[in-house]
Amino acid sequence: MAAHLKKRVYEEFTKVVQQQQEEIATKKLRLTKPSKSAALHIDLCKATSPADALQYLLQFARKPVEAESVEGVVRILLEHYYKENDPSVRLKIASLLGLLSKTAGFSPDCIMDDAINILQNEKSHQVLAQLLDTLLAIGTKLPENQAIQMRLVDVACKHLTDTSHGVRNKCLQLLGNLGSLEKSVTKDAEGLAARDVQKIIGDYFSDQDPRVRTAAIKAMLQLHERGLKLHQTIYNQACKLLSDDYEQVRSAAVQLIWVVSQLYPESIVPIPSSNEEIRLVDDAFGKICHMVSDGSWVVRVQAAKLLGSMEQVSSHFLEQTLDKKLMSDLRRKRTAHERAKELYSSGEFSSGRKWGDDAPKEEVDTGAVNLIESGACGAFVHGLEDEMYEVRIAAVEALCMLAQSSPSFAEKCLDFLVDMFNDEIEEVRLQSIHTMRKISNNITLREDQLDTVLAVLEDSSRDIREALHELLCCTNVSTKEGIHLALVELLKNLTKYPTDRDSIWKCLKFLGSRHPTLVLPLVPELLSTHPFFDTAEPDMDDPAYIAVLVLIFNAAKTCPTMPALFSDHTFRHYAYLRDSLSHLVPALRLPGRKLVSSAVSPSIISQEDPSQQFLQQSLERVYSLQHLDPQGAQELLEFTIRDLQRLGELQSELAGVADFSATYLRCQLLLIKALQEKLWNVAAPLYLKQSDLASAAAKQIMEETYKMEFMYSGVENKQVVIIHHMRLQAKALQLIVTARTTRGLDPLFGMCEKFLQEVDFFQRYFIADLPHLQDSFVDKLLDLMPRLMTSKPAEVVKILQTMLRQSAFLHLPLPEQIHKASATIIEPAGESDNPLRFTSGLVVALDVDATLEHVQDPQNTVKVQVLYPDGQAQMIHPKPADFRNPGPGRHRLITQVYLSHTAWTEACQVEVRLLLAYNSSARIPKCPWMEGGEVSPQVETSIEGTIPFSKPVKVYIMPKPARR
Amino acid sequence: MPEIRVTPLGAGQDVGRSCILVSIAGKNVMLDCGMHMGFNDDRRFPDFSYITQNGRLTDFLDCVIISHFHLDHCGALPYFSEMVGYDGPIYMTHPTQAICPILLEDYRKIAVDKKGEANFFTSQMIKDCMKKVVAVHLHQTVQVDDELEIKAYYAGHVLGAAMFQIKVGSESVVYTGDYNMTPDRHLGAAWIDKCRPNLLITESTYATTIRDSKRCRERDFLKKVHETVERGGKVLIPVFALGRAQELCILLETFWERMNLKVPIYFSTGLTEKANHYYKLFIPWTNQKIRKTFVQRNMFEFKHIKAFDRAFADNPGPMVVFATPGMLHAGQSLQIFRKWAGNEKNMVIMPGYCVQGTVGHKILSGQRKLEMEGRQVLEVKMQVEYMSFSAHADAKGIMQLVGQAEPESVLLVHGEAKKMEFLKQKIEQELRVSCYMPANGETVTLPTSPSIPVGISLGLLKREMAQGLLPEAKKPRLLHGTLIMKDSNFRLVSSEQALKELGLAEHQLRFTCRVHLHDTRKEQEMALRVYSHLKSVLKDHCVQHLPDGSVTVESILIQAAAPSEDPGTKVLLVSWTYQDEELGSFLTSLLKKGLPQAPS
Repeated sequence: MAAHLKKRVYEEFTKVVQQQQEEIATKKLRLTKPSKSAALHIDLCKATSPADALQYLLQFARKPVEAESVEGVVRILLEHYYKENDPSVRLKIASLLGLLSKTAGFSPDCIMDDAINILQNEKSHQVLAQLLDTLLAIGTKLPENQAIQMRLVDVACKHLTDTSHGVRNKCLQLLGNLGSLEKSVTKDAEGLAARDVQKIIGDYFSDQDPRVRTAAIKAMLQLHERGLKLHQTIYNQACKLLSDDYEQVRSAAVQLIWVVSQLYPESIVPIPSSNEEIRLVDDAFGKICHMVSDGSWVVRVQAAKLLGSMEQVSSHFLEQTLDKKLMSDLRRKRTAHERAKELYSSGEFSSGRKWGDDAPKEEVDTGAVNLIESGACGAFVHGLEDEMYEVRIAAVEALCMLAQSSPSFAEKCLDFLVDMFNDEIEEVRLQSIHTMRKISNNITLREDQLDTVLAVLEDSSRDIREALHELLCCTNVSTKEGIHLALVELLKNLTKYPTDRDSIWKCLKFLGSRHPTLVLPLVPELLSTHPFFDTAEPDMDDPAYIAVLVLIFNAAKTCPTMPALFSDHTFRHYAYLRDSLSHLVPALRLPGRKLVSSAVSPSIISQEDPSQQFLQQSLERVYSLQHLDPQGAQELLEFTIRDLQRLGELQSELAGVADFSATYLRCQLLLIKALQEKLWNVAAPLYLKQSDLASAAAKQIMEETYKMEFMYSGVENKQVVIIHHMRLQAKALQLIVTARTTRGLDPLFGMCEKFLQEVDFFQRYFIADLPHLQDSFVDKLLDLMPRLMTSKPAEVVKILQTMLRQSAFLHLPLPEQIHKASATIIEPAGESDNPLRFTSGLVVALDVDATLEHVQDPQNTVKVQVLYPDGQAQMIHPKPADFRNPGPGRHRLITQVYLSHTAWTEACQVEVRLLLAYNSSARIPKCPWMEGGEVSPQVETSIEGTIPFSKPVKVYIMPKPARR
Repeated sequence: MPEIRVTPLGAGQDVGRSCILVSIAGKNVMLDCGMHMGFNDDRRFPDFSYITQNGRLTDFLDCVIISHFHLDHCGALPYFSEMVGYDGPIYMTHPTQAICPILLEDYRKIAVDKKGEANFFTSQMIKDCMKKVVAVHLHQTVQVDDELEIKAYYAGHVLGAAMFQIKVGSESVVYTGDYNMTPDRHLGAAWIDKCRPNLLITESTYATTIRDSKRCRERDFLKKVHETVERGGKVLIPVFALGRAQELCILLETFWERMNLKVPIYFSTGLTEKANHYYKLFIPWTNQKIRKTFVQRNMFEFKHIKAFDRAFADNPGPMVVFATPGMLHAGQSLQIFRKWAGNEKNMVIMPGYCVQGTVGHKILSGQRKLEMEGRQVLEVKMQVEYMSFSAHADAKGIMQLVGQAEPESVLLVHGEAKKMEFLKQKIEQELRVSCYMPANGETVTLPTSPSIPVGISLGLLKREMAQGLLPEAKKPRLLHGTLIMKDSNFRLVSSEQALKELGLAEHQLRFTCRVHLHDTRKEQEMALRVYSHLKSVLKDHCVQHLPDGSVTVESILIQAAAPSEDPGTKVLLVSWTYQDEELGSFLTSLLKKGLPQAPS
């Protein structure tokens, strides 16, 4: 916070410096400071009409106010407030007061008295509401001051009887946010009567205005959020609100009921109109279920969402949610699900060829049928059939959460989830497939259910198919027919959509390894072997055949009898696939073949601790760098870097850390090397040819620092400082080298200026971290800053040079979790010999499919670059929708890149690669005053530079001249 | 006693010929004007002579409301307006207005051209009738006249189906028409706000049914079609041109799109093309999915569904054909059926109910050999499937709607008597709402207690507000004022203003009362004691002791006097104006109890 403040102070400084560069800057500084409030005062005095005054205030609000002058501004505003007759101006002043009191570093207790004072004399309801809002801002700013909170609560209670709903709303909000948490505290010396905030708020549950009722419930929820334990008596009050006429009241009431049910799940409540009693959580569950068929979809979404988190509900109630008694003409009818189940258990498969198939069976006792069951009955049946897809998605999510906690429920909801695979909205389908995957360890699919699931494999949406493949990876299938069916459907999918190849293979891998015993009886059929005859050897390059083999080999891993069924060529194919697709085909214990050493894995696990130690040790070794002579330092760095790199290769989990520190050390090494050059001692004209190394080093250090800053996820502020510091050093080096190699001072002036600005920027940005940088380059630099400002370039360079040599090596604190961003382009594969032909001048679309790991915010940072043979480079920004997020830290980019070029005579290769765009100024936080204001968005979108982070893939293309 | 009277002319304990008369607060409204499919004589139309024997209908009816375009809800309209004679307004929604004449014309053609009926309405009559129609938007409040207003709510069921609220003053009736509480592939679910009408007139076609999830049904249908075309078979789906046909089209179209299928789908031409056109136009009336995506692509602009030509039926390879009419009794669907029936690879799917005697009914009941005209015997080898797609609310849905609207009472129409009985019992039991189910021609009378709005002058209201706390919600509160009834409106004003308006002089009215007390002390002392006593009892009133020895409580004057005859008793004179009656009577009763013994 403090750093933030100071930064703002410095901003003011710089502004002044820039504006009046000719004059002596230091004198002006003090003069400009109080100008803000003074200007406001003058403006307000000038204002002739309320509209004018309002304009001035609006203008004033656009600019930030520094913490020191807040109080002055507040005084001026208050003064005008008393004089002002126009309520709109007073309203604006009140809102400004609230905004100002939020200013960091300003303690608003001094304006509280005034605020309360003007509150008492205010007549306009709107201004009153705004003033209460201001008080709320003040109160939240001073959370530890009990006396003030008490006073504010008192004020709020006093105004609760106001006729305007706006004022009452704000009062309730104030109570919710500031109402005292513990009774004991209220016996403060102040002599204020202890108030039961909950009761006061509860009284407004029956206010005549729905907005106030909503605010009351929200205030209650706020109390709960702040840790106050709500009384159980609220439950009954909230239940009454469920039948309110207004949707926002009902929606908030549902939340409140949910909160109470989580607080007192086990207490017992009576069922009205009977003597029975049930647990509160069950009762609440029933009530919320009832709200799933509310008239307003907002409430329905709310209710459906909350259902998912009520895990304590008893299973009896839970299972009712899927229950819907069907009847037709007063006779009991079975649901299609029940019929399907029956058909399945009776051994018959296809269904419904007869008209009377779903004919109703037994008569229903008219008295026993309950048409609007109170409670949970059929809540999910309704929710899943809802008109709005938002409700359906919420219901599916809730179903997922409940099923995860209750296996029996999971089994029951399966039919319904499978049904959702045919929803008309893709999002819902996708969501239900994901849900199914999440609960898949609790369930086993019946054959008829599997059938429905597999039917979706033909979906034209790639997302759906891939989600389904993932689902199949972790489902349990009960019969060998099921496996066969799945395989057949997957192969059908493969022929229809060849691009799904990888995903299907992966799916079959898991399917095989999960069900070895079910695959076993299928093997002869799948490999089409015959007991007597040799069959033709299948084509090894056929993806379908590979798919079958992947299934079989993975099953064979845990089923030693299986290889006996293989024919000769199967073994050959195994050897081939084991090499070419090693991630899909496991090592098998085959007769007559030596098992590939599998002893690697256990040793790695035991080594984990030592390797961590090793990393620490090698990094500690580097601390002694300073005390070594340059030669020794270089050597030490070199072999430490080597060690780290090797460690990174061996230990994937430490790779991020090792790489990160190795990069940093390399920068240091480069710096030392550059400073070690002989050239520094030689006269200027002679360096020209040699200085290459130094400037190249400077350039490389810059690049590396950008990589360090942007390519790793989990980099904290501590590291960013060090990285920036290193960059600053590189810039200094660059400056020195340029100074030495160029003649004439003009360019140097600019460079010096720029460098000093950088230093200034560094200081402002990292002001809080400066104490950690003792003895460093920047530390020394800042000491000499005043001198540098006034010195000539030549002198500056000289100072810099000595300082660079003298500065200490900063050691890099390691972050907790650090991962290097990486990307692999799956498609285009880059092996094709057939050029992609298209007419020159027109466009050709190239499908790009890549996986990204540990990339933060890929939507904004990841770009695709196409390099043409003539050196022309083109950068493409993929759409945000092209990124999918299959797992934490993982992203998938599926996009189309449009290529175009004038005609070539030969087919040539273009390079496609992924770039990580960065913008170092985007990291600077914005000041809160401007929040929601009109901040120019271009700052965030502009790209400062890019880092390539994937291997380039070559694509063979051939633009042909257009025929005439 | 004000009352609402409801008389069904049709659809009372019956399905078909919907026509319900409602009189509410002196206004007469006719809801729907349908024909009956089961009759070919006079009974097919409602008996309009019930309304008036010889007068003009226009004089008796304030308006006619048509809920949707199905013929059992609008089939008698040209007969009613042109042949019987009605010139008042007819209200319906825009899609109904667009599609209704097409269906009426179709109906007329069949009746006149095919069956050769005379004395039937003509095309010109349909046109004239449609000129009297006033189209309404959803949720638009239409003022029929100064007092009567109507408002349409979305009902699902078919395109443009609406529920109507009819309101006069504070009395209202909601008529649902046909509605559907579960959304389908092209329409949303019915919705109504908590309008709390006096009466809800609801359909009850499926009063005794609770339906299964539509998803299973859809999935079954798609699976069957998909399997057949994958085998290379042809699928025939006989449909009626409007309503379900569009739902099935959307269903198949989206499925084809999703699954990337290339097998052609055909739709027999004629009536349907025109109808599809209207479906394209009335996107706001469809469901969420279609509404959200129509900017990219209008779902009714079918990519995979093409117009059918007779010659296509003989094409080799798989195909799906929607053909009219729906019960396979005549026309194109029957022709195609005859061509395809012989191949067991083919399939016919009946998406709805079939009337006895039609080919559809025969094959559904399992008959494999059909006698066609000319003594031909057709052997049916193709598969026959039945699929029920229906767009009426089931029992649960009806209950849900009743719960949403919160009416005072419910009236059931458009359903069979036996089924209604069950639902009636359930509604009375579970919702505790009175329920009626009149037969045709039977009148239900509902007494109502309409609230009468009274205007209150702002001055009076503010004065009252200033006196006490805020009015408690839903609690009565006493207020003094004068009610002025003038030109059938009521105003509550302060008495001063009333006097001024009426030009009357104010009369003071004072009550006086003597209270005898046994006390031997002097009057002054007595008054002082009364003063201190009252002061202690009436803490929040202003009690004063005046220099002339009298005591005032607010405006009430208390004087102590000593009657000459008995020195042991003193008389307290209490006097108050009628405005302070409450306090005054309280004071006297208090004083009558006597003063507390003074600490002497």
